[in-house]
Amino acid sequence: MANNTSHTTEYKVLGRILVLLMFMTFLTISVTSFNLGAFSVTVALLIACFKAFMVLSYFMHLKYESLLLRILVGMVFVLFAVIVLITFIDYAYR
Amino acid sequence: MSKATEKIEYVSYLDHQSKYKGIFAWIFATDHKRIGLLYMYAIAAFFVIGAFLGLAMRIELIAPGETIMKPQTYNGIFTVHGIIMIFMVVIPGLSAVFGNFFLPILIGAKDVAFPKLNRFSWWIFMVGSAMAVASQLLKSGPPDTGWTFYAPYSTTTGTNVIMATTAAFVLGFSSILTGLNFIVTIHQMRAPGMKFFNMPLFPWAIYATAWIQLLATPIIGITLVMLIAERLFGIGFFDPALGGDPLLYQHLFWIYSHPAVYVMILPAMGVISEIIPTFCQRKIYGYKAIALSSLAIAGVGFLVWGHHMYTSGMSENARWFFSLLTFIVAVPSAIKVFNWLATMYKGSIDMQPPFLYALEFIFLFIIGGTTGLILGSVATDVQVHDTSFVVAHFHYIIFGGMGFAFFAAIHYWLPKMYGRMYNLKRAKILSVVIFVGFNLLYFPQFIIGIQGMPRRYYDYLPQFQWAQVISTIGGFILVAGLLAMISNLIMGVRKGEIAPANPWQGSTLEWQIPSPPSLENFDEEIEIKENPYDYK
Ligand code: HEM
Ligand SMILES: [Cu+2]
Repeated sequence: MANNTSHTTEYKVLGRILVLLMFMTFLTISVTSFNLGAFSVTVALLIACFKAFMVLSYFMHLKYESLLLRILVGMVFVLFAVIVLITFIDYAYR
Repeated sequence: MSKATEKIEYVSYLDHQSKYKGIFAWIFATDHKRIGLLYMYAIAAFFVIGAFLGLAMRIELIAPGETIMKPQTYNGIFTVHGIIMIFMVVIPGLSAVFGNFFLPILIGAKDVAFPKLNRFSWWIFMVGSAMAVASQLLKSGPPDTGWTFYAPYSTTTGTNVIMATTAAFVLGFSSILTGLNFIVTIHQMRAPGMKFFNMPLFPWAIYATAWIQLLATPIIGITLVMLIAERLFGIGFFDPALGGDPLLYQHLFWIYSHPAVYVMILPAMGVISEIIPTFCQRKIYGYKAIALSSLAIAGVGFLVWGHHMYTSGMSENARWFFSLLTFIVAVPSAIKVFNWLATMYKGSIDMQPPFLYALEFIFLFIIGGTTGLILGSVATDVQVHDTSFVVAHFHYIIFGGMGFAFFAAIHYWLPKMYGRMYNLKRAKILSVVIFVGFNLLYFPQFIIGIQGMPRRYYDYLPQFQWAQVISTIGGFILVAGLLAMISNLIMGVRKGEIAPANPWQGSTLEWQIPSPPSLENFDEEIEIKENPYDYK
């Protein structure tokens, strides 16, 4: 984007994020050995969301983009959440 | 960015020589105007094919029992007709043709943000269309599921469902990439001084549409992949015997396909918002309300998909909730209609063909919209769901809305696109012929729909015949009118009078440049106005 072309993320930062992501992957696998019952899906999804957030912020540069762009991307996720929620009005009461 | 400082010799984009020759100068063109025309020629051809398939169904329905085709042929034809008209005509329609051609010009840009991606979008559009055609011709026979591909039937029928859904998948990518291109274009390419609220209303509509294309289309993509996987590997997404849920298919399908109807209608509303001020020579009433209502429709339009599923066994709570949301989404549409009417009030109206089509659009759109509320309310929908009432409703919205807006747009912008004018008198007469044919064709379907004539049936009880006959007569009038309209336009392009740069006294940017525009649209300084429609 025009206003941010000057910014290049340091490799060191990207490297740290990569390590963090690999650690989270390891975590995803290791929690499966505990029986969390109904929460097992929730936990897996939470970890996945966190990972996606990191990828978006650093690898996809969202952290350094304009506020407008961040709001636009954020709204997409809000919309997605609302759609899932509404779908569950059907499933929860059927 | 968009202003050339020194004066360049004027050469129209149609005469411009690129490094490619002959037909390749078109296929490899990156000029948004040429790409717009490429889409238009392809879409016009598909539209004529689709119209003839519609006419074939109408002939079959002129009398009860078998007339000219077997039931399975009828199933194939309504499916093909639906796939062609929806995925290959009306979804790309206005945004790919007039969005490509006029969006950059209206915001003072030389081209879209990614011209090569734009060319690529047209290519995959053609590949997807070729696959859709192939699905009709391959050995197992045309798909017979209807354009909605509902599971579980679509997972078991022996016809070419996989080919047809793959075609829709590929066509979806064209739509996504076009949407992405337009969003970036509007954010990044506006001429200096052109703020969001200085943009004309067609770009606003295209902006809202582009977001829907970008966000909703992937959902149909993944849904169709799930369907294909289900057919090939019996995974059990939709099969209750394997723990799946057939309603999940309907949810996923309509999460895309309801917003998709706004991909059709929002640009249509944008076109009408351009035409009305020009032919009334009046500032548009409620500019901001019209601009923002496009965004509101796009947003709320994402949340109403369940109104297609009232009778399919969805939970009671979901039903009233979707009904409520559906009524809410009608509000911004009504805002636009009132604003258009208010613009006409005390205007100096010039009854030219584009304006005539725009008036017909408003009339048909109101019928389509109010019958939509009948379908949006649970209690009445249970009565008319899956009857010809629905067929009439969506033809009024999609054809009477998007289709007539397309006709309005081509009559409005043709002198700009080609630098020539068609025969105005003939255009006016044909517009009335088409309007009459249209209403004769579809209005009777409302009546027999309420009386119980089911949709997607090749046969019916004798009591419905009077209406079916009127419809078929209307169908012939309509198709004849459409063909005559197309030939009037072609004759105008080839031999029509040379059109002046601004034949309608329009105030938006496209009318400030020569007809046809030059390759980079703006060779001279342009003036950006505070309000794009400053007539009085
Ligand atoms: C040229 C004139 C047209 C004629 C004569 C025509 C006629 C018909 C007829 C007879 C049906 C079948 C109804 C049934 O048996 O259930 C039908 C269905 C349909 N038409 Fe048209 N139509 C025309 C134009 C259009 C246009 C412009 C669109 C644009 C979107 C369109 C979209 C559809 C769709 C989506 C269906 C439903 C297919 C299905 O049930 O799967 N039609 N049309
Ligand atoms: Cu809908």
